[in-house]
Amino acid sequence: MGKVGIIGVGQSAFVRGYGGSIRELAFEGFKECMKDAQISVKDIDASIVCSAPEYDKQRSPAGVFAEYLGLTPQPTFYTESLCSSSSTGLKLAYSLIKSGLHDVVMVIGFQKMSEISSAESQERMGRGADIQWESPFGTMMPAYYAMYARAHMEKYGTTLEDLALIRVKASTYGQINEKAVYRKPVTLEMFSDPQSPMSNPVASPLRVGDCCANADGSSCLIVASEEKARAFSNKPVWILGIGAASAPVNMAARDLFTGLSVGEQAGRQAYEMAGVTPKDIDVAEVHDCFTIAEMMAYENLGFAKPGEGKDLIKSKETYKEGSIPVNVDGGLLSKGHPIGATGGSQIRTIVLQLRGEAGEMQVKDPEIGLVHNIGGVGLYGNVTILGRA
Amino acid sequence: MAKKEVDDRFKKFGTVSFTSISKVNDFIDYLEKGKVAGTRCKECGSVFFPPRADCYQCLSSNMEWFEVSGTGKLLAYSKLQYGPVGFEGDLPYCIAVLDYGDYKVFGRIAGELKDEEIKIGMDMKTVVNKLPNGQLNYVFQRA
Ligand SMILES: [Zn+2]
Repeated sequence: MGKVGIIGVGQSAFVRGYGGSIRELAFEGFKECMKDAQISVKDIDASIVCSAPEYDKQRSPAGVFAEYLGLTPQPTFYTESLCSSSSTGLKLAYSLIKSGLHDVVMVIGFQKMSEISSAESQERMGRGADIQWESPFGTMMPAYYAMYARAHMEKYGTTLEDLALIRVKASTYGQINEKAVYRKPVTLEMFSDPQSPMSNPVASPLRVGDCCANADGSSCLIVASEEKARAFSNKPVWILGIGAASAPVNMAARDLFTGLSVGEQAGRQAYEMAGVTPKDIDVAEVHDCFTIAEMMAYENLGFAKPGEGKDLIKSKETYKEGSIPVNVDGGLLSKGHPIGATGGSQIRTIVLQLRGEAGEMQVKDPEIGLVHNIGGVGLYGNVTILGRA
Repeated sequence: MAKKEVDDRFKKFGTVSFTSISKVNDFIDYLEKGKVAGTRCKECGSVFFPPRADCYQCLSSNMEWFEVSGTGKLLAYSKLQYGPVGFEGDLPYCIAVLDYGDYKVFGRIAGELKDEEIKIGMDMKTVVNKLPNGQLNYVFQRA
């Protein structure tokens, strides 16, 4: 059985309040992806649609998209794992191709978060946790990640300024990414300026500036067997390693509050499968839904030892010119986080980087890239390692 | 009086409950009596908080209740300035996890505790709390 490659990537701009329906939103990522791959819809054997369903008014969007995108009568189905839905879709596509069932599979991620109000959206995100035992206390995503931030600060001496530096980095690249929803600079001073919304506490210790930008968006990937990838593309990017893990949804069943066990476990599996180590990674996309999430990812993925993630950001090693560039497309913090589209967008960024097509965001000659995509509060974790060779 | 057909006691749990029917509805009766309770598997001795009706270790559903007592250590916490729909009236409030050794408890820190009094690692106890809307939950107080 040969390798599996990615031969097409696309995404919509990530925006607030997309002026169209979900099928039209999906078309934007699809169109860019089809133009990138330069193949016909007839060449696609199956499609997988990924989102977090609580935002969708449409039941079973896979069938609706298959019709709108011209992907009938090929099989289509839907999958979800909250914010990691489309990297789960990629894993399924890999499995379908490896099994020999299909040769070319499309993975479409989307979310139109503006279908519902911001308060309703927060309520739904809280229900991504344990609705029987935790949601009755009034939980929300920022508050859960804030518990991790508090524990990390207590154990390792990480400061609010260390966390803010991660947002400052994200904004550096959000400004040069034309697909990003938040394109303005964020400075360290804003976090201590009561006049700046960035300093506004959301769930202590996290402030508005520590939280990702909600957005509407879509992403699209075309995944193919080695034979088809070579036939259709002169620049395929290969899937070298895939890792995935889950953790107890209830905080009371967790042992670790200074890192995400799923990131660590999925990372270890992916490194082992790819036969590489953290030092071999030339560029990475990690799930920075909150600044603390990126800090923990540095440590869970082995870019830094536990507690030393702060040194990596303070020395700017995760900037474009550093030893391990991370989220140089603005990340979820500035590019935006349309739940179901996020993983596919992260994959797109790394594919463009490995092809040398990332424009102003391009890292120098990367050969191996990594994507870390988390669902819920470390409930699901997918780590994918991609390579040029 | 006719026998009540639907046992939906669980809808009394928390400011807003998203569950009404559970096999561990007796949890609510314990709250009414001022007790926070978990379950212990009578076959293999596994201890569960939050309480479970079923043991995944030995597949038994033969459970007994135990009371959460003594003190636990504060592992992590966060103070919310914004709440989900339906919780606006409770703001601000702290969510937290206490470690009791054999099990952990997720809940809220008692509202009367000041920010500077809350420290990771401090000893706390879990007590039943009646909410202004008549619902029941539990909170962590300084031990
Ligand atoms: Zn048992």
